[in-house]
Amino acid sequence: MIKEIFRIILLSVLVNNYVLTKFLGICPFLGVSKKTDQALGMGAAVTFVMLLATAVTHPIYYYVLKTFKLEYMQTIVFILVIASLVQLVEIILKKYIPALHKSLGIYLPLITTNCAVLGICANNIKDGYGFINAMASALGCGLGFLLAMLLFAGVRSRIESSDPPKCFRGVPITLVSAAIVALSFSGFAGIIETLFA
Amino acid sequence: MFESIITAVIAVTAIGLICAVGLVVASVFMHVHENENEKKIRELLPGANCGACGYSGCDGYAKALAEDADTKANLCTPGGDKVSKVLSELLGREHEDVVEMVATVRCCGDCKTTEKKTLYSGVDTCAAAKMLHGGDGMCTYGCLGRGDCEAACPHDAICMDDGIARVDSRKCVGCGVCVRTCPNHLIHMMPDIKREVIACHNKQKGAVARKQCTNACIACGKCQKACPADAIVIENNLASIKYDKCIACGKCATVCPVGCIRTADYSGKHKFPEPNYIIR
Repeated sequence: MIKEIFRIILLSVLVNNYVLTKFLGICPFLGVSKKTDQALGMGAAVTFVMLLATAVTHPIYYYVLKTFKLEYMQTIVFILVIASLVQLVEIILKKYIPALHKSLGIYLPLITTNCAVLGICANNIKDGYGFINAMASALGCGLGFLLAMLLFAGVRSRIESSDPPKCFRGVPITLVSAAIVALSFSGFAGIIETLFA
Repeated sequence: MFESIITAVIAVTAIGLICAVGLVVASVFMHVHENENEKKIRELLPGANCGACGYSGCDGYAKALAEDADTKANLCTPGGDKVSKVLSELLGREHEDVVEMVATVRCCGDCKTTEKKTLYSGVDTCAAAKMLHGGDGMCTYGCLGRGDCEAACPHDAICMDDGIARVDSRKCVGCGVCVRTCPNHLIHMMPDIKREVIACHNKQKGAVARKQCTNACIACGKCQKACPADAIVIENNLASIKYDKCIACGKCATVCPVGCIRTADYSGKHKFPEPNYIIR
């Protein structure tokens, strides 16, 4: 059981990294990765929302949508639920933990429509995970997102002090380096099968 | 067919309703009382989040203004008199004049007074050049002349001239971005009034400093003796002016043998149309 959870977490952090191998959640990945502390904040917020979203959407799918044979409504219902959930979290944070709200606050509305969050909910259903495995997968994906953000923030701070040709400055060089980081992650393919053989 | 549509509509509407009710209940029960004034003040501030007021951005300053009656309304330098006037009207206080701040480059080692010690052909920024043995100039304390501040200035107020950065005081709004950018920390924010400036940061002993730059402060102490207000101290082979004592008489500038004490006249900032560069 624990081995299975560990396998799922490792699988979603390294092999199925949502940003670098599945290319979900690219907008915050490119938008908020300029500084390491901001990247850390965004990554933590996304991890939290992913866990919460999975915890809510998983039962909704199995107890509501499946009972009424409404599986095809999955995407719409998930978007609805996640969006209102994030709003609720924002209200609660504002009231009880203002300090955390201040540091996460600007990122939370951004996450409402983050495709990585929707992606993890949909993929957990598709992979047929049980509740605990789905939560493990959500945690792993969140950590993977955090890792990708942190790594890329480091890469970007190097780009800032480098001197690329004029036509590459700004977005182009960022995309090129994102591609190279993603390429390096493809090296993890197959590692899990060997580790847990 | 029709039945499945009805179930879908009902189910999604129910989920939506539950979410909506939850949100409404949460927003009613967990409503955080926000100061009305704070919002209004925040809208009046320029929103540059530069931190020149001493608070963490415009939000912090708005909060301080709304909550603490002792907070001064004239701290926003980018907003200037215009913002402080509106702010003091809103808060019902007497209007105080804003002391505008101007960036000052404290180095006068131009091409005539100092030389390059190496040929540097790396990345063309001050930060990169500084990393390689403190830069390519003879003086490692002075302006690196590669224009990091020029690139950072959001108001296009800095230009590189004769190897050192110069600030156009008419365009400078006192946001302080350049102060944080300069790797040698040469740029200081100064009040918009006429006063003397020690335009050197060289901390080497006199003879060494002299070899590095003919305009460098050699810590001879003449200015200290000439000062009638005891405002000049010499620390680490470098003179510095204590502005709380300085009376801006200009005597130090006349006695300085190397000429690194300059009179910075910003008082005409908004009056004269011709370029009014800092130290002349």
